[in-house]
Amino acid sequence: MVDFHHALVIGASSGIGEAVARRLAAGGTRVALVARRASRLEEIVASINGAAGEQRALGFAHDVRNAAEVPELLQRIAAALGGLDLVVWAAGIQHRVAFDEYDVAKDQEMLAVNLAGAVAWLDPVAERFGRLRRGTIVGIGSVAGDRGRSANPAYNTSKAGLHTFLETIRNRIGRHGVRVVTIKPGFVDTAMTAGMAATPGKISAERAAEVIVRRARRGRETVYVPARWRYVMWVIRAMPSFLFKRLKV
Amino acid sequence: MLPAERLEWVQGWGMSVGAAGYVWRPTTLDGVREAFAAAGAAGVPVALRGAGCSYGDAALRPESVVLDLGRMQRVLAWDPATGVIDVEPGVTIRALWRYALGDGWWPPVVTGTMEPTVGGCLAMNVHGKNNWRRGTLGEHCLELDLLLPDGELRTIDAETDRDLFRAVIGGLGQLGVITRARLRLKPVASGLLHVRAVAAPDLGSMLRLADEAKDRWEYVVGWIDGFARGRRLGRGLLHFARHLEPGEDPAAAQSLRVDAQDLPDTMLGVLPKAMMWRLLRPFTNRPGMRWVNRVKYLAGSTVGDGAEYRQTLAAFSFLLDYVPHWRRIYLPGGLIQHQSMVPFADAERVFGRQLEAAQRRRMPPFLAVLKRHRPDGFLLSHAVDGYSLAFDFPVVEPRRDELWALVREMAEPVVEAGGRFYPAKDSVLPGELYRATFRAGELESFRQLKQRLDPERRLRSALSDRLLGDGARG
Repeated sequence: MVDFHHALVIGASSGIGEAVARRLAAGGTRVALVARRASRLEEIVASINGAAGEQRALGFAHDVRNAAEVPELLQRIAAALGGLDLVVWAAGIQHRVAFDEYDVAKDQEMLAVNLAGAVAWLDPVAERFGRLRRGTIVGIGSVAGDRGRSANPAYNTSKAGLHTFLETIRNRIGRHGVRVVTIKPGFVDTAMTAGMAATPGKISAERAAEVIVRRARRGRETVYVPARWRYVMWVIRAMPSFLFKRLKV
Repeated sequence: MLPAERLEWVQGWGMSVGAAGYVWRPTTLDGVREAFAAAGAAGVPVALRGAGCSYGDAALRPESVVLDLGRMQRVLAWDPATGVIDVEPGVTIRALWRYALGDGWWPPVVTGTMEPTVGGCLAMNVHGKNNWRRGTLGEHCLELDLLLPDGELRTIDAETDRDLFRAVIGGLGQLGVITRARLRLKPVASGLLHVRAVAAPDLGSMLRLADEAKDRWEYVVGWIDGFARGRRLGRGLLHFARHLEPGEDPAAAQSLRVDAQDLPDTMLGVLPKAMMWRLLRPFTNRPGMRWVNRVKYLAGSTVGDGAEYRQTLAAFSFLLDYVPHWRRIYLPGGLIQHQSMVPFADAERVFGRQLEAAQRRRMPPFLAVLKRHRPDGFLLSHAVDGYSLAFDFPVVEPRRDELWALVREMAEPVVEAGGRFYPAKDSVLPGELYRATFRAGELESFRQLKQRLDPERRLRSALSDRLLGDGARG
């Protein structure tokens, strides 16, 4: 198991990202939080530092669609933290998309944030960790990326793309000692799932963060959160296409 | 923004601490200035680095520019009649003795490995096995070129700019970049030393024998069995050595040849030394090292006790180079070293407490080395009139915090006794303990110089942040 001393969480202003940042900081890790909403970020940073009694969290406002900012911001964050040994990609959006809706703007925005944003951040992170031959990258994917469900095609695609991207990075730099962990949460109680009709087995963001941090320390390659989703998704992935397409999921 | 392709993992010699840094390796003064300019534009400090032989965090700083001077390695001037040599900062002790020995000169002070650079040795005020007799290498430095953080190149020596000179030597690389050093070497009549080995059954005997030998021998060094307890606590072996007088070596011209000094490639004539560290790895644990220490003492206290023999200068001086890559036996966690200097009167009590603390916490040192010291005139000097005991500890990740706590426990009696610590070896000490060892005004004088020469604090290292109390991140 590895201890994380300096972590960066991208997409830390709510949901799993916020919970992971809080959990890491509670364990003594210095954490940089990146998110678009500056005011919300300030609240979280103040709350973390207040609980810790010291400056353990730093906030950096940034829209992950602004790829050009990333290399300089990454360097600035590493300098401010005094190092970097963990990067958690947790940024993501999911627009409500009706079953028969094809909205290019919504779909492109999901791809821009969930996938292109991940590429913009994790490419320089992978380059850095690969060069240093150390570090851990955690990407928050989704069980939704495991199969081409008919609901919300672009969201599923963005998560499937993220999984493949993370696997590719792992295959490139894993041999040099860099750990790349793909997290596939099921339903987690966050703003993203609020209002969804059916959310079987939903867990809290705090519980999800606990599992994610623990598994990241162990360096597991693919982690379903909670673990029972591994078996559920094994069945779903094994399901023949003619059968799967009949399911209204 | 600093160029990402310069990013490297930079670590201490003990391999237990490291950090990512943007490394510049200039060969000219302009190259040094370029590194400062890049750091200034990015708003990050510069950490100076020689060969990276400090065990801990002296030559690194996270996310900063690391100015590695190892490629500035030219000998600029040499006078074989006087033994005065001008070198760039990246010239190593190895290069120094190999250059001068053929003319009958040897560095007056050498470290246990020949890899450190002259610049690094002066910045850390290193000593050798003859500290009592010769002081530190800085005492043999006649003149320095110092590049200040503001770009001014200043030539200083112990006479004309005494305050700055005595602060730069041992100044942890915090006041400027040494870009040239003029050293006076010492004449030797032979490439051989006369060595005597004696065994000491306990700590008191070790200290007594070392003290008795200090005026009769040029070099005095002791090895202590860190596992021995009770009445055997601190038992060990001492090695004394002196240079041969003219006429003692019938083939002096031969022994002064560089190739006569080369360390053998094999152990016992058959085992390639390059693979020795792999053979030692299975023993790099407490039971294994207990056995190694015991066998070493038994051999040294029976057949080896009282032995007298001749040994080449390199073989005696550079024990750490005898087994290539030996520090790898400590991987994956690496090792730390802790070396405290304790005044004569308190040494037996303090070192006894340190050994007992390590044993009580079940972290006995795998190697412990004793030396005799005397004070010097440098501002941040670590030397006292007394002894030092250096401990090597393996870093085992699950017990890292316990090891750090042990070092703190070992450091407290040193402070109480008026002792000091050797920063070249350190990666653990809390700043308050280090600072507590200085007399009133010493640190303040250093800080005033720093403020005058480097008001923006552009020169920093992880070690200086930690020990000098400049620990603000950024």
